[in-house]
Amino acid sequence: MQKEGQVRIPSGCAISGMINTSGKRMSGEDVIKSISVMHDRSNGLGGGFAAYGIYPEYKDYYAFHLFYDNTAAKKECEEFLERYFDIINLSKIPTRKIREITDEPLIWRYFVTPLPTKLAESQLDEREFVARCVFRVNTKIKGAYVFSSGKNMGVFKAVGFPEDVGRFYRLEEYEGYCFTAHGRYPTNTPGWWGGAHPFALLDYSVVHNGEISSYDANRRSIEMYGYQCTLQTDTEVITYIIDYLHRKKGLNLDEIASVIAAPFWQTIERMPPEKKEIHEYLRNVFASQLITGPFSILVGFEGGLMALNDRLKLRSMVVGEKNDMAYIASEEAAIRVIEPNLDTVWAPKGGEPVIVRLDGGEA
Amino acid sequence: MKRVYVNEKWCLGCHLCEYYCAFASVGEANGEQNKKDMARALKDIKINPKINIEENGGVSFAVSCRHCEEPLCVKSCITGALSVSDGVIAIDKEQCIGCYTCILICPYGAISTSEDGAVQKCELCVKTAAGTPACVKGCPNGAIVFEERG
Amino acid sequence: MAVNFLYPDYEVARNYDRCIACRVCERQCANEVHEYLADAGGTSAAGKMVCDDAKCVNCHRCVSLCPTRALKIVRSSNTYKENTNWNGKTINELYRQAGTGGVLLSSMGNPEDYPVYFDKILLNASQVTNPSIDPLREPMETKSFLGAKPQNIQRGHDGKIKNNLGPHLTLSMPVMFSAMSYGSISYNAHESLARAAEELGILYNTGEGGLHEDFYRYGKNTIVQVASGRFGVHPDYLNSGAAMEIKMGQGAKPGIGGHLPGAKIVGDISRTRMVPEGSDAISPAPHHDIYSIEDLRQLVYSLKEATDYKKPVIVKIAAVHNVAVIASGIARSGADIIAIDGFRGGTGAAPTRIRDHVGIPVELALAATDKRLRDEGIRDNVSIVVGGSIRSSADIVKAVALGADCVYIATAALLALGCHLCRSCHAGKCNWGIATQIPELVKRLNPEIGAGRLVNLLTAWQHEIKEMMGGMGINSIESLKGNRLMLRGVGLNEKELEILGIKHAGE
Repeated sequence: MQKEGQVRIPSGCAISGMINTSGKRMSGEDVIKSISVMHDRSNGLGGGFAAYGIYPEYKDYYAFHLFYDNTAAKKECEEFLERYFDIINLSKIPTRKIREITDEPLIWRYFVTPLPTKLAESQLDEREFVARCVFRVNTKIKGAYVFSSGKNMGVFKAVGFPEDVGRFYRLEEYEGYCFTAHGRYPTNTPGWWGGAHPFALLDYSVVHNGEISSYDANRRSIEMYGYQCTLQTDTEVITYIIDYLHRKKGLNLDEIASVIAAPFWQTIERMPPEKKEIHEYLRNVFASQLITGPFSILVGFEGGLMALNDRLKLRSMVVGEKNDMAYIASEEAAIRVIEPNLDTVWAPKGGEPVIVRLDGGEA
Repeated sequence: MKRVYVNEKWCLGCHLCEYYCAFASVGEANGEQNKKDMARALKDIKINPKINIEENGGVSFAVSCRHCEEPLCVKSCITGALSVSDGVIAIDKEQCIGCYTCILICPYGAISTSEDGAVQKCELCVKTAAGTPACVKGCPNGAIVFEERG
Repeated sequence: MAVNFLYPDYEVARNYDRCIACRVCERQCANEVHEYLADAGGTSAAGKMVCDDAKCVNCHRCVSLCPTRALKIVRSSNTYKENTNWNGKTINELYRQAGTGGVLLSSMGNPEDYPVYFDKILLNASQVTNPSIDPLREPMETKSFLGAKPQNIQRGHDGKIKNNLGPHLTLSMPVMFSAMSYGSISYNAHESLARAAEELGILYNTGEGGLHEDFYRYGKNTIVQVASGRFGVHPDYLNSGAAMEIKMGQGAKPGIGGHLPGAKIVGDISRTRMVPEGSDAISPAPHHDIYSIEDLRQLVYSLKEATDYKKPVIVKIAAVHNVAVIASGIARSGADIIAIDGFRGGTGAAPTRIRDHVGIPVELALAATDKRLRDEGIRDNVSIVVGGSIRSSADIVKAVALGADCVYIATAALLALGCHLCRSCHAGKCNWGIATQIPELVKRLNPEIGAGRLVNLLTAWQHEIKEMMGGMGINSIESLKGNRLMLRGVGLNEKELEILGIKHAGE
């Protein structure tokens, strides 16, 4: 049977996220509690978290999280990393042995920064350099897989129920200003840890509930711009599209939402002329980045969080706020279990992004 | 009032309008079976339709009664067999004595003789077909239309 | 002729029980197949109709107009001994050449038994994990754009995105009418296409015969073609349309130019093409100022200069063996749109052997070209339009899923206008008023009716496309473009699947 990575596996899921807009750091305990309420939305075949602000002492370095199938892969990968990066620190990611999580690969973490000479030689900007190295490892080094590559953030994921994954990675010991979580319900047995969500590249992380009908159209388009879809999951393509539009094309988050969840022509027709022209331009130029099909995504990035539904609102999403906290989840119950008394709670409209930034932040 | 108008630009001289007209009229006289199928209704018959194709020099045109606003035929009819009702000029076959004055006086040549001795002409299929006249439905090239003009 | 080598292929079968001798068959057959005998009717007052089968081209004009359905055209039962290798058609073609010493000429598209890949591709539908979308209740969008995408986003001082789109075309659905020259088809046929294009919000193509002055008013729905003969090409012509198409090749006859027999070069045709009446208009095989890709680039930019860079340039090529590489060169030459014409494409007249044996299927050409352009990272520099032959809305959906931005239809459009594919266009006596210049025949195509039928056809296709898209869980056509996972092959071998870039059904 083909493993994930060779074949595309659609799935239904649960997502949850929380952010403290003052930048105050919180423990990972709450997000684990939130996602465990939605236990029945997963089937135990994948779970994961993204956490922002968790490595303040290494905040200027890229935190690479890697899976290795065996020590040979680790050796080859480390040789590669040493050639291109200055490795400040490396260690196994601390985990807790629990019954529910088995068959784990080697899980390591490296704090790195590009070697100045290599960076200058490449004539690339730093983030592009790092992204390309990540692709190199994932496509060329067999058995090694970088699943997190941002600064002062990290992804933690495995095959299992999300609450078990959280306990496995000792998430309660981390403190961050923003967490996202995901529980997976794939319609096939992936058996591979890389296939769980969140999916991350640099500091963009995406958790996704849904299945995109436009997947192959999006994939074939994004692969022209230097991205390689190694996992064949819908989430991977979404992450790359967001990276492409934000980092390479310089679109802001509202514009990105207008591309991936573009309003219908009948809505655009009714807009005032200036707005209409911009939307028509975006739909024309970025036609291949339109994402069709049900989706509910939480995009984490340095300094904030964006939640977005497909324009037909085919997946659930609820947002709640209290003081300086914002919560987003597939179900209201997952928010109330952490914060029973919310100031506001609502379900965003299809296609309308909910963007929450750290105070004083711009994205 | 809607009338039948012909555009010679599209008339192909195919004569199908004549046959559809004949079918619409013959059917009513010769019984139920023949009403359904033109092949049975018009087999071995020389038709005498109320719309006729005039052809000359590559131009063809289907001539039928114009239902004039001030009809000369009605004015000339000595027995009152020709009359106007709701804008349509109709012939009362019982009253017609076959003097043929109307045939001579119609400036369009739209009236003709018929086998029963009375005269005949287009009556917009009011007595025969429902809705659209048969010639309009049967024209393959949209040369004959049924519409209101001014 | 002392020896009749060629027995008529078709016979007119008349059901005398139903024939009422109305003579419409006689009046409407330009080949004089039917004749009315007034005295031969016997007891009938109506007379008798007889036919000369040898003249019948099987165009069905008489069959379609007969009010009692008394006529049909049947294959003649005169047979050669069965022979798979030397079949009747092959033998007859040889007899014709032995008799005339001439090149066999044919019209319309390749009728031979080669694989039709569209018929071996199946579509997906969404179930369980992804809901299908109901086109009757939800918006379903087929609006398409053709043209190059800009390389970078530019912003004004206020931070707002600037509109730096190059010249492009906006279509209500991803279909356009392909090139059919004024000359090969009639004035009324062009008018029907122009009016339908305007009403539907799409475009039609002048073909290489130039643009009749009466049609300049449909300019914003017109693609003006510049072919190797440069018939009718002058600055007003170039500026009158919404886009310009350089015809490098045509699917029906790759490697050779257009051919309009002298009999069809009369009156308006002669004036519009700028060719003397009665002389054959045979376009040269190559453009004699384009012998290499850099020459093409020069022509592309000449056209852009002549039209102030306001109109997109389309380059049309025939699908041949290295079509992907050629397309790659064209994508870098400044062209905005590439049109690929497959070997099934139609034509007014072409040498039979070239039509039937040269070129490759458009499905394969499209898949290879789309992949090649993506591998080189230049797919966004051009839009791809495919034609030859698109027969239904299912073909359109499959073409878009393989990677096309839009399709060209021509034979399908002519069928909507009344064509019965009798393939006698080169004789110039089209009984349906389409492929003829004889006024009595041209009259038979009323553009009011013709345009109406084209609008009906494309409206119906647009609904079907929406139904199929909805079934796949897609509500905007741009999400179908290149979405090859929505396709599965059936009865295709490994190599065919590989070239098409799709999996086999069951995978």
